[in-house]
Amino acid sequence: MTKQRTDIRMTADQVQGPAIHVQGLEKSYKELRVLRGVDFDVARGSIFALLGSNGAGKTTVVKILSTLLKADAGTAGVNGFDVATRAADVRESISLTGQFAAVDEILTGRENLVLVARLRHLKNPGRIADDLLARFSLTDAGARKASTYSGGMRRRLDIAMSLIGDPPVIFLDEPTTGLDPQARIEVWQAVKELAARGTTVLLTTQYLDEAEHLADRIAILHEGRIIVNGTLAELKRLLPPAKVEYVEKQPTLEEVFLALVGDNGKNRNVGTNA
Amino acid sequence: MTKHFLGDTAVLLGRSLRHIMRSPDTIITTAIMPIAMMLMFVYVFGGAINTGSDSYVNYQLPGILLITVASGIAYTAYRLFMDMKGGIFERFQSMPTARSSVLWAHVLTSLIANVISLVVVVLVALLMGFRSGAGVPAWLAVAGILILFTLALTWIAVIPGLSAKTVEGASAFSYPLIFLPFLSSAFVPTDTMPGPLRAFAEHQPVTSIVNAIRHLFAQQPVGTDIWIALAWCVGILIVAYVFAMNTYRRKTA
Repeated sequence: MTKQRTDIRMTADQVQGPAIHVQGLEKSYKELRVLRGVDFDVARGSIFALLGSNGAGKTTVVKILSTLLKADAGTAGVNGFDVATRAADVRESISLTGQFAAVDEILTGRENLVLVARLRHLKNPGRIADDLLARFSLTDAGARKASTYSGGMRRRLDIAMSLIGDPPVIFLDEPTTGLDPQARIEVWQAVKELAARGTTVLLTTQYLDEAEHLADRIAILHEGRIIVNGTLAELKRLLPPAKVEYVEKQPTLEEVFLALVGDNGKNRNVGTNA
Repeated sequence: MTKHFLGDTAVLLGRSLRHIMRSPDTIITTAIMPIAMMLMFVYVFGGAINTGSDSYVNYQLPGILLITVASGIAYTAYRLFMDMKGGIFERFQSMPTARSSVLWAHVLTSLIANVISLVVVVLVALLMGFRSGAGVPAWLAVAGILILFTLALTWIAVIPGLSAKTVEGASAFSYPLIFLPFLSSAFVPTDTMPGPLRAFAEHQPVTSIVNAIRHLFAQQPVGTDIWIALAWCVGILIVAYVFAMNTYRRKTA
């Protein structure tokens, strides 16, 4: 099903080029070289997962793509607009759901949605808010302060806020980190529905099963570079040799892969491979 | 982008004002400390302080008003810090919203919250016997000085609000500002102070601002004090604004 959807979007939009285009991206914080030449493309209407350990630079990539940070070198384009020279157009084209649910806790769920709709200069902010509350099963909680929400509800509200104005590209930075399994499934459901409507989604995650469930393509960011980029099937073929090779060189990568393989083990996918 | 500046600022101001309305304790705590100080100074120390004026309530009110603002802006830094930390600041910055609106909404909210606190403190002072025969122009002049002072201190508050690592760090900067009026003419005449302290007291911004407000309330000629006061307020405002905008640009580069 995922494949079919991707194909439909591809034929419709291919002429416009990729939704996200990143080439030679570099970024340092003082002495620390976080990104050392990152390249990847994200096809329109697809879900692209950026995997990496903590501190691998996933959030830095997302911040550059959402115009919150300037890259030191390289180019990045979103929806055909360069993030450095056409920042305003990029911001019209995107929504960012940051690492921590960025909802206003003192406002109600509905007020949060109305606020974002107003800031995106849309007509009928009230109706937009009510529609999204219904779509994310938050209608009953709409009049409650967001501070009373559970983790899953906050994330759903957070994602709902990102959908206002139907931006063609959405960034989800570790959307399920810190969530319980139930809430994680709720978020996955929301992301799948998003992509089903043709939105391009770039999500970062530490969890392979998350990428496995959601993503059309997966890239692994490690030590400032994309070391693997492919479909799930391609990645699965790559993983065992990659594991052997990098376990010896990079102890931090070992932890990541052990965690990833551990999760896979539960699904009995890699049981025979490992 | 800039064509939405006023509209976006209004929307975000509405948001911050809603925050204040839902946690009115921030305004009450802002007003309570200066009120407690005022009670202490007037009823405990006041009788023993010889200011050469007949009413100590009248004498100390300008200093109390400045302390009110200095403690009020701690919440400005706090509110900004919470937006930074919670990620909602980044959300706004990644939206097609006029970017500086986020900052200006906080600045205007600070102004409104401080004006409310100032009104509360003045009302309590009236209950305690504060009287002024000042006419409308003098009151407007007092209001103008206090607004300028609030804006100057608000832009100072923006700096830790944007750059602090902890909540405590975001509001700690206000303590020296609250303390500054004690080393001025706010509560005692400066001529009883020892030489170096007196020199500091007479040349720091609070003294000229306090004297200007005091003379306006007492319908006395304000002399050069008001110009020195205005120069301090505008000077601090400009320097703080430049530093705050630099911090802001570094954070949003």
